[in-house]
Amino acid sequence: MQPIYTQTVGSGGAASITFNSIPQDFTDLQLVASSRIGSASGNYGVRFNADATNSYSWTYITANGAGASSGRLGSASLTELVVGQINGTDTTANTFSSSNIYIPNYTGSNYKQVISDAVRENNATAGVQIMDASLWLKTTAISSLTIRPYAGNGTFVQHSTFTLYGITKG
Amino acid sequence: MSKVIEIDCSTGVSVERDMTPAELEAQAAMQAEAERNRAAEDAAKAELEAAKASATAKLSALGLTAEEIAALSK
Repeated sequence: MQPIYTQTVGSGGAASITFNSIPQDFTDLQLVASSRIGSASGNYGVRFNADATNSYSWTYITANGAGASSGRLGSASLTELVVGQINGTDTTANTFSSSNIYIPNYTGSNYKQVISDAVRENNATAGVQIMDASLWLKTTAISSLTIRPYAGNGTFVQHSTFTLYGITKG
Repeated sequence: MSKVIEIDCSTGVSVERDMTPAELEAQAAMQAEAERNRAAEDAAKAELEAAKASATAKLSALGLTAEEIAALSK
């Protein structure tokens, strides 16, 4: 497991982070994100290779300590992946979410799976956990990844951190 | 002005820039679409809840107890 790049958001905030020219010599990718936005909590939206077409699907299970639910937005119904959790203004001040986004076989010629587990941290009565299984229905290798608040709803605040790792099997 | 950060992983260079007008327009369109989808989901949920309440009232009028009505959905 080798860090490719770590981006920490500066004082001006950021609407999105894009990793371009991703090396093609690893087996898998993992993006580890710790973030907060200046609006209501939500999910990440992720696009590969700047693909904004209806080419993404999403299945999830989530729980907040009071109840659990699951759902699915089926084949090619989304224009970006929905993954993870982002803390917002409805959570305790200065708390940041923790998300792991795993992308196996990112250079392969099959559709690309994405597995994510995440927690919306909250130093209060309710936190949120979510697990996602998503799919990018394209067969091209992933060379670029953009992450932002889903549908562009919000801006990452200062100290939000995103690290992209490359993982080689064996 | 919203900023975006672009990283070239091959060089390790990170660039922060303002969003272009086209990017801002695309973002606004997606936010509007997400809001429409959210409103449609809320409306569908409200319609379902109203149908459940109506069905419960009709069953109650037929003489079913609250326990019997609840048992139907288990």
